[in-house]
Amino acid sequence: MSASTNTDGLPRWATLALLPAINLFAALVVSSLVILAIGQDPVSALAFMVKGAVGSGTGLSYTLYYATSLIFTGLAVAIANHAGLFNIGGEGQAYVGGLGTGLVCLALSGWPWYAVLPVAVLAGALFGAVWGLVPGYLQAYRGSHIVITTIMFNFLASALMVYLLGGPLIEHGQMAPESREFAESTFLPAVKDIAASLGYRTSTLPLNLSLVLALLCAAGVWFLIWHTRWGFQMRTVGANEAAARYAGINARTTIVIAMALSGALAGLVGINELQGVQHRVTLNFQAGMGFTGIAVALMGRGHPVGIVLSSLLFGALYQGGAELSFEYNEISPRLVVVIQGVVILFSGALEHMFRPALVRLLKPKAAASAAGQRA
Amino acid sequence: MDDTALWIVSLLASTVRLATPLVLASLAGFYSERAGVVDIGLEGKMLTGAFAAAATAAVTGSPWLGLAAAIAASLVLALVHGFACITHRGDQVVAGVAINTIAAGLTAVLANAWFDLGGRTPSLDGGQRFLSLHFPVTDAVRGVPLLGRFYGEVVGGQNLLVYLAVLAVPATSWVAYRTRFGLRLRAVGENPAAVDTAGISVPWLRYRAVLITGLLCGVAGAYLSIAQGAGFQENMTAGKGYLALAALILGKWRPYPTLAGCLLFAATDALQARLQGVALPVVGAVPVQIIEVLPYILTVLLLAGFVGKSIPPKAAGQAYVKDR
Amino acid sequence: MSQTVPLSVPPQPGPWAVELVGIDKRFGPVHANKAVSLQIRAGSIHGLVGENGAGKSTLMSILYGFYQADEGQILVNGAEVRIREPKDAIALGIGMVHQHFMLVEEFTVLENLMLGAEGGALLKDGIKKARAEVERLEKAYRLDVPLDAKVADLNVGIQQRVEILKALYRGAQVLILDEPTAVLSPPEVQDLFRILDALRAQGRTILMITHKLKEIMAITDAVSVLRQGAVVANFQTRDTNEAALAEAMVGRRANPAVRRPGAPAGAPLLTVEDLSVFDERGVERLKRATFRVRAGEIVGVAGVAGNGQSELLEALSGMTPFQRGRLHVNGRDVTPESPMDPAQARRQGIAHVPEDRLRRAVVKPFPAFQNALLGYQDDPAMADGPRLNWKRVAAATARLMEDWDVRPRQPSLRTSLFSGGNQQKLVLGREMERDPNVLLVGQPTRGVDIGAIEFIHRRLLAMRDAGKAILLVSAELEEIMALSDRILVMCDGAITGELAAEDATEGLIGRLMAGITDDIEPNTMERGQRADAAGGAA
Repeated sequence: MSASTNTDGLPRWATLALLPAINLFAALVVSSLVILAIGQDPVSALAFMVKGAVGSGTGLSYTLYYATSLIFTGLAVAIANHAGLFNIGGEGQAYVGGLGTGLVCLALSGWPWYAVLPVAVLAGALFGAVWGLVPGYLQAYRGSHIVITTIMFNFLASALMVYLLGGPLIEHGQMAPESREFAESTFLPAVKDIAASLGYRTSTLPLNLSLVLALLCAAGVWFLIWHTRWGFQMRTVGANEAAARYAGINARTTIVIAMALSGALAGLVGINELQGVQHRVTLNFQAGMGFTGIAVALMGRGHPVGIVLSSLLFGALYQGGAELSFEYNEISPRLVVVIQGVVILFSGALEHMFRPALVRLLKPKAAASAAGQRA
Repeated sequence: MDDTALWIVSLLASTVRLATPLVLASLAGFYSERAGVVDIGLEGKMLTGAFAAAATAAVTGSPWLGLAAAIAASLVLALVHGFACITHRGDQVVAGVAINTIAAGLTAVLANAWFDLGGRTPSLDGGQRFLSLHFPVTDAVRGVPLLGRFYGEVVGGQNLLVYLAVLAVPATSWVAYRTRFGLRLRAVGENPAAVDTAGISVPWLRYRAVLITGLLCGVAGAYLSIAQGAGFQENMTAGKGYLALAALILGKWRPYPTLAGCLLFAATDALQARLQGVALPVVGAVPVQIIEVLPYILTVLLLAGFVGKSIPPKAAGQAYVKDR
Repeated sequence: MSQTVPLSVPPQPGPWAVELVGIDKRFGPVHANKAVSLQIRAGSIHGLVGENGAGKSTLMSILYGFYQADEGQILVNGAEVRIREPKDAIALGIGMVHQHFMLVEEFTVLENLMLGAEGGALLKDGIKKARAEVERLEKAYRLDVPLDAKVADLNVGIQQRVEILKALYRGAQVLILDEPTAVLSPPEVQDLFRILDALRAQGRTILMITHKLKEIMAITDAVSVLRQGAVVANFQTRDTNEAALAEAMVGRRANPAVRRPGAPAGAPLLTVEDLSVFDERGVERLKRATFRVRAGEIVGVAGVAGNGQSELLEALSGMTPFQRGRLHVNGRDVTPESPMDPAQARRQGIAHVPEDRLRRAVVKPFPAFQNALLGYQDDPAMADGPRLNWKRVAAATARLMEDWDVRPRQPSLRTSLFSGGNQQKLVLGREMERDPNVLLVGQPTRGVDIGAIEFIHRRLLAMRDAGKAILLVSAELEEIMALSDRILVMCDGAITGELAAEDATEGLIGRLMAGITDDIEPNTMERGQRADAAGGAA
């Protein structure tokens, strides 16, 4: 699934823009077929989705709120992938990371949000990092397969949270498996205050300051991967482990660090979901964001800019899908999961399918430039 | 004493019922992975099979048509997996993730749209399901202490698909180690170049393996929704596909040890359900989650070589490309 | 070694077993076979020689159906045939023993023999028949193999026999062998040649790829020479000699090395004492190697591939740990406490151009300038704090490309888009420009065109003259003899001899490569050691 092994001379713009566009188009065709299969008109359904996602302030706010979480998990998948690791455990890492954030918010009652935030970020990152680091360690030093181990860690995270929220962390006298609400002072600032002054229904606007944090993370990942020796080492390990060894790079340490960073990024989902919106630790608050990060990273071709863009796209799909299911009872909001799966299929598992066709199509240009380079 | 015996018999019966889908799915994984195609898409294929079976049985009233539909739906996904990984040499794990994701979404969307029950299919009545078979002389031997009960509830009294799963283990072992197909299957998972130079088509061999995987996953799915259960619910596989994969790893990619792994996992599951809120001697009440996570922890420890070592087929996970 | 080979009477001119007519094959920009035509007489051993990359293996893979020719015809026993896949070749009685064996290591020998020729849908039908047939073949050709042993437990010589048996079991009349002796010890080569001789005596046809001219002279009846994808010469073996073959291979008379001695060597820069490397199974792959390389000296390491030379390079460069021995660089004991890694070795001034550099010394998807930094990513001159200064790296790469004539001169071009030879020059440049004390270099000119070979040789000599120590491992004896000031010869993991360049002859080196040390003129050995001891004392 490495996005960088192409040697066929396909121009960069085609790799970065055309290929994702074709993949997205294919995904839309498949989802249209699904909508047709359930007896609805795909064109009007898709139009409704777009309107629901970006057609109003409320819709846009939700879209950006979903996108925030997806930026974190997309970056998490991508950074591991640059080191040659398929981190399928973003879901569990986000879950456990949220625990760290939640514990900090619960403990620091009464502190102002700007004092809580750095601690909550650190705790979320740390908890997530641990949940990513252990599978990384087991792969690097014990030869376990990272995919299986991270899957198992997703189940372990789930069991751990069910236990904690059902017992030690449950709010006194309540039946619902969730913690008590954080103190209001710790809530992250959200756009709802501004929106309220403009006269929108206010209480449901979830977009908050963590979007800025997500964008900072994207910039940080970009700098790390392409402009530092650590990033260079990670990419070398990911592309050719034998060459990394030759270059004196400790592949094992690099793998552990990459998985820790990956887990840390996923662990920040809780800042958006818990400190930003739900204001308590809840069951399954990460709600598939970790898995969707896989599609986001694949579609964004591992580049932070691409990841931000595809996060926006999937954020819009989430929001548009939700709106759609309000309007059409027959269409489940889970339609977005189908689209997500098709995107993973086309831009991940079938990445080699469209490519040769595209190379042939663009051949005169690509071949000429390749020949020029070789001369 | 008698109570304990009854408790054990019911635990065993429940273990057999819970092990059946794991056995079918992990044997499914056996074929694909021994052929060198990693399949973490067992979960998705099972889920799709479960939905297709329940939907078809609900509409037609026939469990047999339900089973056929489950197999057909699962085969389609298996073909997608083969198309991506064998024909287009795509990443096998990514393809598996895609299949699981598509299955999770599609079954929910279709169930919701077709039956309007919030992602469930209608409850099936007896005639639409595979029911427990009544073995001869069950009533006659019922009085025999322990063994009578054991015969009636563990050996007998299961549905047809359970016996199918039981038969699938020796059948798989026979196919893998006694037939030409099995020899080639095991060879292509270890060294596809050796198979290729021996004049055997690597893709065709792998496609056949992947199709058998689809078939068995379909049966496993049908078992969940029209034999053990009485209808489909969203995400009703709930990780059983991954657990089956873990059992395969635990069994070191061999049929009988894999069966043992499935039985172990099923027993923990059965035990967990019975220990909910029960105070145990010495340790007191144990959170059920601790028992629930045992299979996962065991798998992690095993893969890490802390308890034994499980080495996958050498070529598993790699697309076959002729080397220049 | 040719004296001990039982030569059968050269076969009478007979019909052609295989004819290739105008075979043409391209892999993208690489023109691997250019209108190759070849005729192989039935019942003969036909040699196919050429340098690395001359197109020998591609041609044979086409005959075996592993690749499809773009153009051309194949005739077997005079009839035109189409070979689309190995199955077709097998059906036509063509078998191939690949350089990298095509065996399932987890299987027994018998299972490997049966794979693809099981004789029925159930194994039990075939097993008895297979056992009987294989035992007959074993007897006929004295090909002893343990049928029920796991292949992974057998040594390479036996594994090769399994491969030959596999082909015979499938009824091969024409047997293709791709570099069959590359991994064999001298006695194993003798065994192989005895088997080939027996096969020829029974009327089977053998096509043997090699680049060892001695073997061609020893065993073949006819030989064809490939150069840059085309057949440039055909000989009856008895009408030719090694010099003529070598000339045909390289396209001109190979200058048997006017050795250019350097100034007297200085202090030892690399001292190796008692160095041993054990593999995972506990087999000693490098046995107590002891030698030194002095400033201003090239020490060549000769030996049949797989006799410990690679392990020596790997251990010294930190790629694999060594389990015994001491290491001094520039007079300082640098023997690591824990296993040394390549970064440590570089810090000690040991640069390394690995044998399989195109796989290990470059990351192909990276642009060239990033590969020019590979291994030196910690160099503070190329970074501002944590930030790598890619501009500076690219500028340095541009200079490197100019200096080493890497074409095209585009530092930001993806490395995979450079030809193999240019990637090699990039690697050599990177390692030699950093002014190391010691350069370890494996197969410096493998897969490089003639022009580049001379260029690289000049650079190595210039580096020596600049007072550096160079340890050179090469499969090309001529290269070793042309460049080295002293020559170490290895056999079975041990250094079997050390010769001063002026005393080294091919015959002497050849005997040491075979592990024969007792008939070496004691004089010569002593002189080699004395020279070394004198250097050590200096």
